Amino acid sequence: MFWTYAALLLLVFVTANVYGRFRAMQVAGNQLSALHSRPGYYGGYLAILAALPAFTLLIAWEIVEPRLLDTMVISAKAEIVAGLSKAELQAFLRDARAIAFGGIVAFSDAGKEQAAEVFSSLGQTSLFLKTTLILALVAGGMWYGNRTIAPAMRARHFVERTVMALLILCSAVAIFTTIGIVLSLVFESLMFFRQIPVLDFVLGTHWSPQSAFEGAGAEQGEANTEIFGAIPLLVGTMLITAIAILVAAPVGLLSAIYLSDYASTPVRAIAKPVLEILAGIPTVVYGFFAALTVAPFIRGWGESLGLSVSSESALAAGLVMGIMIIPFVSSLSDDVINAVPQSLRDGSAGLGATRSETIRRVVLPAALPGIVSALILAISRAIGETMIVVMAAGLAANMTVNPLEAVTTVTVQIVTLLVGDQEFDSAKTLAAFALGLLLFCITLALNIFALRVVKKYREQYD
Amino acid sequence: MALEMTTDTESAMNTMISARPAVSAEGETLKMRGRNVKVFYGDKQALHGVDLDIRKNQVTSLIGPSGCGKSTFLRCLNRMNDTIDICRVQGDILLDNDDVYDPHIDVVELRARVGMVFQKPNPFPKSIFENVAYGPRIHGLAQGKADLENIVASSLQRAGLFEEVKDRLDEPGTGLSGGQQQRLCIARAIAVSPEVILMDEPCSALDPIATARVEELMDELRQNYTIVIVTHSMQQAARVSQRTAFFHLGNLVEEGLTNDIFTNPNDQRTQDYITGRFG
Ligand SMILES: Nc1ncnc2c1ncn2[C@@H]1O[C@H](COP(=O)(O)OP(=O)(O)OP(=O)(O)O)[C@@H](O)[C@H]1O
Ligand SMILES: [Mg+2]
Repeated sequence: MFWTYAALLLLVFVTANVYGRFRAMQVAGNQLSALHSRPGYYGGYLAILAALPAFTLLIAWEIVEPRLLDTMVISAKAEIVAGLSKAELQAFLRDARAIAFGGIVAFSDAGKEQAAEVFSSLGQTSLFLKTTLILALVAGGMWYGNRTIAPAMRARHFVERTVMALLILCSAVAIFTTIGIVLSLVFESLMFFRQIPVLDFVLGTHWSPQSAFEGAGAEQGEANTEIFGAIPLLVGTMLITAIAILVAAPVGLLSAIYLSDYASTPVRAIAKPVLEILAGIPTVVYGFFAALTVAPFIRGWGESLGLSVSSESALAAGLVMGIMIIPFVSSLSDDVINAVPQSLRDGSAGLGATRSETIRRVVLPAALPGIVSALILAISRAIGETMIVVMAAGLAANMTVNPLEAVTTVTVQIVTLLVGDQEFDSAKTLAAFALGLLLFCITLALNIFALRVVKKYREQYD
Repeated sequence: MALEMTTDTESAMNTMISARPAVSAEGETLKMRGRNVKVFYGDKQALHGVDLDIRKNQVTSLIGPSGCGKSTFLRCLNRMNDTIDICRVQGDILLDNDDVYDPHIDVVELRARVGMVFQKPNPFPKSIFENVAYGPRIHGLAQGKADLENIVASSLQRAGLFEEVKDRLDEPGTGLSGGQQQRLCIARAIAVSPEVILMDEPCSALDPIATARVEELMDELRQNYTIVIVTHSMQQAARVSQRTAFFHLGNLVEEGLTNDIFTNPNDQRTQDYITGRFG
């Protein structure tokens, strides 16, 4: 139903557009120069006036109508729904709707039949109202637009402003979604912190939420606050991220330098996309590469040196993660290195500097902010990575900085907390939100830091 | 970039090279000599055999319509063309008695002897001090910190910028005005004590006052350096240079005393160009 109306309005839009153009030429006596804007803008003006209000109404109706109908049915049939629980009420309404508008009915009874009657009569009224209003809006818009099209009318300004409003609307959607997600994270985390003190969470060194209801206080159903210490997870995350950056930063940066300043055009044309393919490999593939190839290799190598290496190690996960983020570093650094103006390179060469001196002393310092932000982007990526760690670094929340031992990270623990059946308000589940919030804060801090670095050093060349 | 030398240019070169500095008919020392210089960008030939002498302690200006190969010739003099992959240079270019394109010559040393100032001021994103200290640092010219400071100060002084910036040597060079930036670039070039300074339209991004400042500077610098300048302004060429070379479509049409070129050119094309009939 919605789509039929939307398609019809699209038709209105196109027609009004064509007609608006025609009308503009008509009022201008076919003299283009007499018009304030080009005829296309008058088409756009009329099309917007005719279709946009109606379309807005259509969407609003679509959002409000079901709820409104439900409320009206409930108040009309108060005696039937009285005493139903929330879930039962929902099932009741669902079935009544299905009877009225077609659909799969679980089982029907007299009460539902009655409610369905109300539904269908209200639905008809609503449909009638909706159609009339939309028609009126279209006709009104057409009439008004048609009347106001005149050579001096500033159609271009109107269209531009409408376009801007649409753009603002779209970015607002993105922004509010983000805000919504953050708010829900904060809200759920607050519930968690009501059970577990913040300090126990942020500073605690023991993490074993699977045993949440053992130990002291278990009888009262109280969570043991001692086992939600996030520090081991943070240490694990940082350990793995550090290893990954140690791999990715030099390799990525040096290959970016090679690509941008040394490689010939054909080599660059092939090497850059190939490097970028690394970024396209699904992380699961990296994960089993880490678990099945790298981890056993490290273990064998460690044992031959007489070291004890667990079969899942931070080193394996970190190395593979490092390989995964190489393309982030190299591709972004390559872009910023290329953006350093050729005139600076020429200036340096003109003073007798060699290519490597030029790169070391002029190009890299000039590109530094971009390189830093590339690195930080790579770090955020590494911090948020889950799959490789699940497969290669293990689940054990060891607090260690020994890269040969199994560790776990924030993301992995979020996954394990939410896998399987959960009570939605148990401390164990809520801990996932708190961890998410923690992760979000860390990446946010990193991003802000990166932005500041970039801002501080930006505009040094032009 | 490959240097191609035919056997006859090689023998010509051997006869030219001698211990004594080359001199012109008037007895002036020739700092640089270009002989039959041909430059190709890929298949396209940009210079068709140019013979041009650069006299010591004089300002030589290269003029000509856009695309005639002035910059190309200038960039041959310190091998800046090396940075362009598709560029090939034939013929001989001599600095004193050294062949600039000799495969054994060290480009680093060459560019320390033949410095360059570019059309658009291109200070490095570093402090004013570091900009000037850049060349001396990479060539290891300074013995210790005090010496480096001396070099920087005297270079800035000779570029006529010292008074304006002496209190803010730590501020970024990019924060200076366009004219100051260009003088900073000149100071940067002077700091490595070159023998020749090449300038490719050094004033085209500057306002008249800054231009006058740089022109004045060129006249002072002439005492110690040999200067080659590319310019689109006849007035500038007339004001600053002792000799002028007119290029057209990749050929050197004529070269002579600036005064003669502007008042009494030999070639019709020169006449047309300086009177503004084309280009
Ligand atoms: N990097 C390059 N690649 C290919 N062709 C080039 C390159 N640089 C210059 N050319 C060509 O060589 C010819 C001479 O160019 P050049 O830059 O020397 O001219 P110019 O006299 O300096 O001109 P202008 O006064 O506009 O600076 C031109 O035809 C130009 O198209
Ligand atoms: Mg030029």
